[in-house]
Amino acid sequence: MRADLDIIQKWIKPGSRVLDLGCGDGSLLAYLRDNKQTIGIGLEIDNQKIDACLNKGIDVIQQDLNKGLGNFESHSFDTVLLTQTLQAVHYPDLLVEEMLRIGKNCIVTFPNFGNWKSRAYIAFKGRMPVSDFMPYQWYDTPNIHFCTVRDFDDFCRDKNIDVITRTVVDNKHRDSAIIRALPNLLSEIAIYHFSRGQQGSQ
Amino acid sequence: MPEFLPEDSVGIVSPQRFHFDEPLTLRSGKVIKTYDLMVETYGELNADKSNAILICPALSGDHHAAGYHSMTDKKPGWWDVCIGPGKPIDTRHFYVVSLNNLGGCAGSTGPASINPDTGTWYGPDFPVVTVRDWVNSQARLADRLGIQQWAAVIGGSLGGMQVMRWSISYPERVRHAIMLAVAPKLSAQNIAFNEVARQSITGDPDFHAGRYRDHSTIPKKGLMLARMVGHITYLSDSAMREKFGKATQEIKEASLNLGRDLRAGKLSFGFDVDFQVESYLHYQGERFSETFDANSYLLMTKALDYFDPSVDYDGDLSKAFAKSNCRFLLVSYSTDWRFPPERTQEIVTALLKAGKQVSYLDIEADEGHDAFLLPVPRYMQAMTTYLNRVKQEVAC
Repeated sequence: MRADLDIIQKWIKPGSRVLDLGCGDGSLLAYLRDNKQTIGIGLEIDNQKIDACLNKGIDVIQQDLNKGLGNFESHSFDTVLLTQTLQAVHYPDLLVEEMLRIGKNCIVTFPNFGNWKSRAYIAFKGRMPVSDFMPYQWYDTPNIHFCTVRDFDDFCRDKNIDVITRTVVDNKHRDSAIIRALPNLLSEIAIYHFSRGQQGSQ
Repeated sequence: MPEFLPEDSVGIVSPQRFHFDEPLTLRSGKVIKTYDLMVETYGELNADKSNAILICPALSGDHHAAGYHSMTDKKPGWWDVCIGPGKPIDTRHFYVVSLNNLGGCAGSTGPASINPDTGTWYGPDFPVVTVRDWVNSQARLADRLGIQQWAAVIGGSLGGMQVMRWSISYPERVRHAIMLAVAPKLSAQNIAFNEVARQSITGDPDFHAGRYRDHSTIPKKGLMLARMVGHITYLSDSAMREKFGKATQEIKEASLNLGRDLRAGKLSFGFDVDFQVESYLHYQGERFSETFDANSYLLMTKALDYFDPSVDYDGDLSKAFAKSNCRFLLVSYSTDWRFPPERTQEIVTALLKAGKQVSYLDIEADEGHDAFLLPVPRYMQAMTTYLNRVKQEVAC
């Protein structure tokens, strides 16, 4: 299983209800069902990935995240997940608000654009970074809203979001003291576990 | 006529008649004392009777869903694309049950049957049956077949409504509910089209207040019109453009033709048929009027109009599903304007609100409402995948 998913699954309570936004082939939901007896539903738009979900017996709704989540009741899930998709949606702020409305807690993972490699790429090459991990050109990338760990920390503070846990890892999802010391510079993937702050929505 | 039977056909099949003596009380309060249901089955029921799938028919569908009645049949059953060995509803693994509903005209008790009380045709006196009544009669059929729980109940359009009713009325008897091209209830526009169809039939001078059999006639013209208007709503604009818009010498690009193919190659400057689409609708209407009973058609449209499982729950469909115990698969088709994707999504939303396990596919298809009857590859693939999972669950 993907290493970021291995980190995430530790935060999921057994038997809980999980909504996975952009669930891909349903691997995480299948893992959680088989190991944590969760009741999960995934959202996905890609036909082949949907088929992969159905093949695993994972419930999946064909739905475009950019068109909102109005069909989901408030507080109807324990955990709402958004893995490696935040940077690809039209309105990340609205989507995170919707996640907070629907789930008691939320988990978001995204590629950290503040990583030193990205900075060096722009600084020295003067071009948008292209890597094995993010192999797209600026004009065809699905990733339209890159942010950094520092940006997301600010976002959480502005939006009154309580960060329960922040984990920062390299692109092999290895955690280390040095990355933790300089998260925005060294981490390649950021993983946030958060819930609505006590004062409610602003 | 099939010169030989395709390998993925269920082959030559014959219907069975099931007689029921226990009176059936209808939603209207009226009672049908005894009745027959015409049924076809495909595949083998396994030892623990866990591999049965019920096919709920749509408006004009009957028990003959797959295979051929004889080698002289021009066409197989109405859902042959989906039912057979190696097809999505795989008869090598599943035992498939298909029936003609009460009030129909393919052998089950309906307006064309003899009323035991009067000794003559029911005709217009046949009671109005609802989706709920059909499902109750289907449950008795399940009892008769010894099927306690269906592995899946599957249907499109009006058939999908029966599936929904099964999940609400008999939660313990359904493992999977598969609804295709369905809406939670009809809209005013849907009802309006049905009313045009009914008025066409009842306004035909040969209708004789539904007693046309006594006059040795049928309201052919009315039934034709009813089917023509219905048929238009089953097709999409794009499907019609495609079907009747071949490139011609005058218009080389088929996309510029808009489906305006002429029947005789030129305009007649009269009021007879000029365009292919007109003659197609005439043909469809004519063929339908020769095989379908007008009183049955009236009943089917009423069953559609009356369907609304939320009425018992303050209009809140999610409450109707509160006791449902099955898993749901819903499928909509992009160009269906009879029950557009948004209408199917209303059901998905209600199921989510009720906390049910549901999958939903929004299929890109040009074929309109009829897409659920056609071998749209993406849809067939999803059905195969889903039912493969069902197969593993019931270990058949």
